[in-house]
Amino acid sequence: MNAFKNHLSLVVALLGILFSLQTFIIVERAIDAYKQNLACNYSLVVVSKKTITEKTFQKKYKIISNVKELAPDNVIKKLNSGIDKKNIELLKLALPKFYRLKLLHYPSPDEVNSLTKSLLRNKDIMKVETFTKSHDSTYKLLLLFKNVITVFAVSVGIITILLISKELKIWQFKHTERMSIMGLFGAPTWLSSAVLFRLAIVDALIASGLAFIVFSYLSSSDWVIGELTNVGISIKIFDKFSDFSMMLGVALLVSLLLASFIVISHKEEV
Amino acid sequence: MDKVIVAQNLSLGYSKDEFIIKDISFSIDSGSFVFITGASGSGKSTLLKSLYGALKPETGSLVVAGVELKGVNKSKLNLLRKHIGIVFQDYKLIKEWTVEKNIMLPLLVGGYDKKVQQDQVEKLLSHVRLKHQALKYPKELSGGEQQRVAMARALSNNPVLILADEPTGNLDDYSSQLIWNLLEGANKDLDSTVIVVTHHIPESMRIEYKHFHIEFGKIHERI
Ligand SMILES: Nc1ncnc2c1ncn2[C@@H]1O[C@H](COP(=O)(O)OP(=O)(O)OP(=O)(O)O)[C@@H](O)[C@H]1O
Ligand SMILES: [Mg+2]
Repeated sequence: MNAFKNHLSLVVALLGILFSLQTFIIVERAIDAYKQNLACNYSLVVVSKKTITEKTFQKKYKIISNVKELAPDNVIKKLNSGIDKKNIELLKLALPKFYRLKLLHYPSPDEVNSLTKSLLRNKDIMKVETFTKSHDSTYKLLLLFKNVITVFAVSVGIITILLISKELKIWQFKHTERMSIMGLFGAPTWLSSAVLFRLAIVDALIASGLAFIVFSYLSSSDWVIGELTNVGISIKIFDKFSDFSMMLGVALLVSLLLASFIVISHKEEV
Repeated sequence: MDKVIVAQNLSLGYSKDEFIIKDISFSIDSGSFVFITGASGSGKSTLLKSLYGALKPETGSLVVAGVELKGVNKSKLNLLRKHIGIVFQDYKLIKEWTVEKNIMLPLLVGGYDKKVQQDQVEKLLSHVRLKHQALKYPKELSGGEQQRVAMARALSNNPVLILADEPTGNLDDYSSQLIWNLLEGANKDLDSTVIVVTHHIPESMRIEYKHFHIEFGKIHERI
């Protein structure tokens, strides 16, 4: 029971950090996936006097993923009455070319602006339609969402750090005495602080193990998968290898930093 | 004869402007048995603290077992402390360790093997009559029992120098006698130098001893 209590407080604090971190990562991923979705649906239309090949576009602008020429037939159909075939062919040549540009990722307003400017610098390009208005508001909403989540994750982080620093005082009090006494009998620092570091490592293992169980469960839960599919996002909630390694690393880092802090600030009392 | 302690113009204190021990010089032969007396607050514990390097000399020099303690570095001090057994006035037992493990501390630090540790602890537990309490924690013991654990711990690795701060302060006559016998034994059989702070020098002493008295920040030998 006593041993359990020794571990509880640090494990809970570490879990807090790991949960807020992983939540943040999941939201990041969801937003990225959503942006990818948007990028698939978003496009610019460029009007040009001359033919421009997809290669030329892509060579100049890395962000462009795909170019499609829009057939001018619709426009011509409207003018169709009383123009003979030969002239239509001529007209077709005279008419500007319409291109729909798809982008690799969902662009920020700045990216849209600079892309437009840069495209217009080409003398052949007459017009660039960016559908700015709808684009802007969706993007802003996304950013807002991300900011809210960031604020949330940071506050959880700060609260846990406050909790830990309070815990630190208790730890310091608990371990300082033993470390001092061991020191009085000539124990080197590594020996007198061994217990502390062992505790720190064990707690980090416990916390990341618990987080592993919880997130593995979540990522395989039908309900969670269903909810995500409803929103039209398919992301990995928890990668058993990379995410777990990250958690383990963070937990070890935090707890070892704590332990080192106690050891460094330890002074022999007179 | 070899000197285990040499102090020259030594001053000690807890602040720069007020010394508790003022400019004293004395030496202690190795293998001797020394009592230090003095009124409460005269600086007996303060002097002992300097001998195990917890309090640095403010002036002068202090050499213990060949190690100059003024400006000594941590690793040298640790090495010295491995050969000093201390009984603190407030015992300083480790709360979260059993009696047995507390007694083992110097052996643990010294890196003795498990068998030696176990044998030594058995022996000391019976010397201080605490065999039945081996697996208890300090807070489950009486004050006098804790004091005897502290004594056993100080003796466990047969130290060259034993520093005991009122080791019988909390004990009845019978237990006090036990402690005096142990200290005499360590001095006689193991050739340890023993320095004991006490208010009463026992009348039963069977061996030769020296007596220093501390008063007004000075130390004098009483013959
Ligand atoms: N850690 C400390 N910080 C500041 N002053 C201290 C400290 N320890 C002791 N003193 C002061 O040093 C003086 C000597 O204390 P010391 O403990 O050496 O006395 P002592 O001779 O061992 O007394 P006692 O017989 O009561 O144990 C006292 O006046 C005390 O107030
Ligand atoms: Mg004292």
